[in-house]
Amino acid sequence: MLDDTHGDAFVAFEHVQKSYDGKSLVVKDLNLRIGKGEFLTMLGPSGSGKTTCLMMLAGFETATHGEILLDGRPINQVPPHKRGIGMVFQNYALFPHMTVGENLSFPLEVRGMSKSERETRIKRALDMVQMGAFANRRPAQLSGGQQQRIALARALVFDPKLVLMDEPLGALDKQLREHMQFEIKQLHETLGITVVYVTHDQGEALTMSDRVAVFNDGRIQQLAPPAELYERPENSFVAQFIGENNKLQGTIEELSGDKALVRLGSGELIDATPVNVTQKGQPTLVSIRPERVEFKPEMMPADAHLVDATVRDVIYMGDILRVRLHVAGSDEFVMKIRNTLGQTKLSPGQEIKVGWHPADARALDPV
Amino acid sequence: MANALDPHAAIATTASGAPDGPLRTADGKPLARALARSQARAKRRAFWLVLPLLAFILLTFAIPIGQMLQRSFYNAGFSDNMPQLSQWFAENPRGTDPDEAAWTALAQDLQASAEARTIGTVGTRINYDVPGTRSLFTSTGRQVRRGVEPPYQAALLEIDEKWGEPRLWSAMREASNPVTTNFYLASVDRTRNDQGEIVKVPERQQIYGTLFARTFWLSLLITATTFILGFPIAHLLATLPMRKSNLLMILVLLPFWTSLLVRTTSWMVLLQQQGVINDILVWLGLIGNSQRLQMIYNQTGTIIAMTHILLPFMVLPLYSVMRTINPSYVRAARSLGATSWTAFRRVYFPQTLPGLGAGALLVFILAVGYYITPALVGGSSGQLISNMIAMHMTDTLNWSMAAALASLLLGAVLILYWLYDKLVGIDNLKLG
Repeated sequence: MLDDTHGDAFVAFEHVQKSYDGKSLVVKDLNLRIGKGEFLTMLGPSGSGKTTCLMMLAGFETATHGEILLDGRPINQVPPHKRGIGMVFQNYALFPHMTVGENLSFPLEVRGMSKSERETRIKRALDMVQMGAFANRRPAQLSGGQQQRIALARALVFDPKLVLMDEPLGALDKQLREHMQFEIKQLHETLGITVVYVTHDQGEALTMSDRVAVFNDGRIQQLAPPAELYERPENSFVAQFIGENNKLQGTIEELSGDKALVRLGSGELIDATPVNVTQKGQPTLVSIRPERVEFKPEMMPADAHLVDATVRDVIYMGDILRVRLHVAGSDEFVMKIRNTLGQTKLSPGQEIKVGWHPADARALDPV
Repeated sequence: MANALDPHAAIATTASGAPDGPLRTADGKPLARALARSQARAKRRAFWLVLPLLAFILLTFAIPIGQMLQRSFYNAGFSDNMPQLSQWFAENPRGTDPDEAAWTALAQDLQASAEARTIGTVGTRINYDVPGTRSLFTSTGRQVRRGVEPPYQAALLEIDEKWGEPRLWSAMREASNPVTTNFYLASVDRTRNDQGEIVKVPERQQIYGTLFARTFWLSLLITATTFILGFPIAHLLATLPMRKSNLLMILVLLPFWTSLLVRTTSWMVLLQQQGVINDILVWLGLIGNSQRLQMIYNQTGTIIAMTHILLPFMVLPLYSVMRTINPSYVRAARSLGATSWTAFRRVYFPQTLPGLGAGALLVFILAVGYYITPALVGGSSGQLISNMIAMHMTDTLNWSMAAALASLLLGAVLILYWLYDKLVGIDNLKLG
């Protein structure tokens, strides 16, 4: 793991800014350090600047301001072909007029490798992605998943230390995507390469990454390992972008250390953990994960404040039941309960009381 | 695999189908016939819709071209109007000296032809092979009409002793058969001597070979220059933002919307010796006033004007192909370690080949048959084979010769087309 004060980052963005039109910044003062062998994911909605960051690292865009370092060496002036970075593109970008073997041979040929050396490496790379029998096919003759594997093999065949992936699984169906996530993760671990991965799919980011950088509006909103990102979002954007969250608007009634009492718009009081609120009377947005909401008193701390709720509907989802509740004047409050044997049956119209552990309710900046 | 298309898979689900034998419908009719019947109505309707165009093309294009091509090897101008002499030629082998029977046939045919006023046609036909003989036929015809007495040999030689020339008799023998290869022979600078052997024409008269060679060479050169000029423009068009590329596209298409004559005339204004370009060069002091460049009424003029006119035909197919090439291919090549030149040469350029092939084929075929521009700005050294065809159509009225030249040109283009199909594959062609 790497913190921002660490000196020998493998990849470092230092105060990087990027503007396309000279009027607005697409990337605003980016500082990011990526350790050797790390799997870092840039996650964010489209237009958040994550792909621009990747393109600057690859050398296809130039930083308007700031420095990008690779292995301690500034690379702003280094052309893309001298950076030695492997890259997997969203549409795979396999050369359609070459066979799979020729596609893999290309990076080795431009490096002037001998024929025998090339053949060994191509074979090794194809075997690595279980595509050894496909060297003579054209990309058009392969399925999406197979093309994805070839693109991966091509990006790895010349042994780059750093591999960039730009939404590589975006075009695959769900099942194949999950399978490929697993394979990419395994390759990362066996080869010990550093991976910078761009995606807008939070599930992908959470399952694969060592750390996730959540981008929005040209800034990193939070940089943390997946579990921390999910459980301890630092602001409202991250809380809403990662996973599902219930939002309750209110003001800080009491603030004491790691506990806060929030008065909701409807007048009810709830417990929360203060995250980025600092004083009494401040407006706040409290976020609570649906699976952390409880309605059985025995599951809650004894002194927890409870809130009145009315069941609107119950959706049967197999492993869980998704209950939509009317809480504090809104119909959008969701509670997920496990579908266990003997689980209490809830029905629409039923009046219940819900509560949660104060640590699960995070009082964040208001939106 | 698509199982629905696999007959063996389908048999299993067809209750009435025999295990071997053809597939049948539920009531036992052969499936293929039922399919044809169910589609027949739609096909008939579709046919009625295209019928007007089919008739139009047949009447105005296919039939005239067929007739034109027929002229290149079939000319009955002599044989129809000189039946007796044609008969005599058919009965006596080549090398037989004309006897009195031949002279009798000649005199009677001339008389009949003169009375039917077709003697001009006969003379014209022989004139193709032996220049200057049309007047021999017409003047002799006039005198024969007034009456001629046997012996005919003496009588005709009395009228004009040219009638005794073996070359004339050889030409008449050739013309007595309406089916002839003579026009094709002439198109490749060959002729038949008095013994009927195929020989080269005298060097001073060898014009078609040179013209064909020049036509193909200039067309090749024009194709190359349109490629060199058009490729970067097409690339720019394909990569610029939409608004700017639309503007540029209008500039590329502008020549298309301007009259061919206006364009050619403006080249005259620019290129002539007292023209704009020469004036500028003199003004800049690059050349002296007495050394003004000759850039028009020669091959240079033809090349410049035709390159300009044919440029859009190269740019448009290239553009349509380049627009579909995803920029990530070049990026991928660069990230894999290729310099920008290598990425262009090995990744970008090969993907533009379908457009390049289409553009080159289009420009070349158009250039090979181009007529107006070389006629206006080509001078004598910039004339192409099409100008010669036009000359035979309008000046010498030797349509058979024009047809033979045109057929050779058509044949050459078809061979090129076939070669292209063999080398590149015609299904790789992308016109837009």
